[in-house]
Amino acid sequence: MTMSSLHPTLLFFAGAVLLWFLPIIGRRLLILLVPAAAFFVITQLDPGLYCNYQLFGFDLNLLRVDKLSKVFGYVFTINAFGCFLFAQHLKDRYEHTAALAYIGAALGAVFAADLISLYLFWEIMAVTSTFLVLARKTERSYRAAFRYVMAHIFGGLCLLAGILLQINATGSVAFDGFDLQGLPTYLILFGFLVNAAAPPMNAWLSDAYPEATVTGGVIMTAYTTKTAVYTLIRGFAGWEVLMVVGCVMAIYGIIWAILENDMRRILAYSIMNQVGFMICGIGIGTTIALNGAVSHAFAHIIYKALLWMSAGSVLYMTGKSKCTDLGGLYKTMPWTMIFGTIGALAISSFPFLSGYTTKPMIIYAGVNEGLIWVWLVLEIASAGVFLHAGIKFPYFVFFAKDNGLRPGEPPKHMLAAMALLSFICIFIGVYPQPLYDILPFGVVDYHAYSFEHTLNQFQLLMFSALAFFLLLPLLKRTETISLDTDWFYRMGGRGFYWLCDKVFNGFNDWAQKWLGQYLPGQLARYFDDPGGNFQKYGASMVAEAAGEEPDRELEERIIRRSRLSTYPVGGGVLLAVLFLAVVSFLYFF
Amino acid sequence: MKNKKEFDWFDHPQNIKRLKIGFYIVLVLLVVPDFFMHKHTLFSSVEALPGFYALFGFIACVVIILVSKLFGLALKVKEDYYDDE
Repeated sequence: MTMSSLHPTLLFFAGAVLLWFLPIIGRRLLILLVPAAAFFVITQLDPGLYCNYQLFGFDLNLLRVDKLSKVFGYVFTINAFGCFLFAQHLKDRYEHTAALAYIGAALGAVFAADLISLYLFWEIMAVTSTFLVLARKTERSYRAAFRYVMAHIFGGLCLLAGILLQINATGSVAFDGFDLQGLPTYLILFGFLVNAAAPPMNAWLSDAYPEATVTGGVIMTAYTTKTAVYTLIRGFAGWEVLMVVGCVMAIYGIIWAILENDMRRILAYSIMNQVGFMICGIGIGTTIALNGAVSHAFAHIIYKALLWMSAGSVLYMTGKSKCTDLGGLYKTMPWTMIFGTIGALAISSFPFLSGYTTKPMIIYAGVNEGLIWVWLVLEIASAGVFLHAGIKFPYFVFFAKDNGLRPGEPPKHMLAAMALLSFICIFIGVYPQPLYDILPFGVVDYHAYSFEHTLNQFQLLMFSALAFFLLLPLLKRTETISLDTDWFYRMGGRGFYWLCDKVFNGFNDWAQKWLGQYLPGQLARYFDDPGGNFQKYGASMVAEAAGEEPDRELEERIIRRSRLSTYPVGGGVLLAVLFLAVVSFLYFF
Repeated sequence: MKNKKEFDWFDHPQNIKRLKIGFYIVLVLLVVPDFFMHKHTLFSSVEALPGFYALFGFIACVVIILVSKLFGLALKVKEDYYDDE
């Protein structure tokens, strides 16, 4: 295997194993070295198909190199480097192993050329990322991780069903643009959309990510949803339904983010909002729209990790993540505040930061296609992003009411990681050309910085800020959580449990009472003295039939006789003869 | 213990007042150029009105906040909502 066909996933998986044989200093180096080496390997890959293998009689390829898979490979490895720099303080191998395998699987999914390889990596991602939630080691995180992995297994099984039907229908395992609309492709689309956190299968994201560890949360934000964005670009570019899905997601994320109190949950909902923009771009499906979706995914991965890092630093230093418990942290965490604000402004697509050179490309594509409603929804969503992620997050965490917390800055390596990602945000914001140059769908004919457009954007954002501060009393944080679609499986799960409890345990109780206690009791009493009981009931029935009182004295005598077994021999002989007579009668006739 | 006075610039009301004034000046300055330049429109001539995007952003956010508030009435529940018993 030469350098031009070395699979970057291999480095991550090998790193995950090697981690267990190294001392702490070696592990610290290794987790930085792996993404750096993988980045270098990806730059060296030549377009084409590599790593062939055979499975079920199909020729499969683990490594498809083209501009689309490469650009995701770049950003995944760059982000991994930043995340592992942020996670240098972690001593236990457990979390790093899960993180390396998870990122490796995400790369594997991006480079997989066929549906079966894609599915394998897809499920490895689901399982390994669950460990990043479990690593928090709290009761809440265990429960959230369980729901998380269930949601992903459900999505994965839909995907698998779709893949099998697709292979059955077309005889091909190729993973390219799908054009036949039917059950197989709908199932595949659904499987992808589950990982993209599209409503109604969105709640796993806001449920699980905020329960993950400080570093786990940072790592998870980038890979699952963006791998889904990649697969949607590859498979479903131009499917109009995605425009609707994307617009719904963009607005949905904003509304729920505004209701939230937990800072990491606010950021989780803003992932949904941002992925909405990308999915809308995929639905529009023109060259510029797809380039916009790819570049926005690139920018998003970086600034979102940056935002989660600043929130993670706050959580790491204070142990708190609710806005109602935070506030006034600018005094002792100024650098975290500055980096967090850079991320917040980047996500709001503030001019001179990365979001501004990528997101408007999608809106511009919608305008080009004459889609007024797409333009309208996305502009509203753009204003709303600034509201919830751009101002609300930094305002309530670093300013607002001082809750008396005086944590220091996080460790230096965390600040360095945030500085690195902040630099990338600013770099892409002021000089997007290198990013535009690696976009997969033709030459980018888009200029972000016309005076008019920049001015319009400033107006939109600053007056959104005005609305925020004027309506601040309405935005006061409350110690609440908001219901989301996870209600259906959380409460549905409980309802199912309750129903099963009532039906099956009720039946069990009934059976225990009647078949386990009453009936054997009766039988035991009867068989305790079957002959005597038989005679006694016979006598009382005869007496009843004759309209007389049962003869107590007779009963006493029957019982005594049967206890003492003082039956005359003749009675037994008579019964035996009668029995033989009946049997011989049945036998001979 | 404290040798250095902590940085608390944002806690002083007069500084907040200064910030506010600065903010309003910026808002006005952002709209002024609209009166002097020719604006391109995408779908309708309304967009060419001076301060269109300012008004759009403001109204959009007010609506979003009010709608979320409304949703909040139905969706906000106590933090222990999902806790067992």
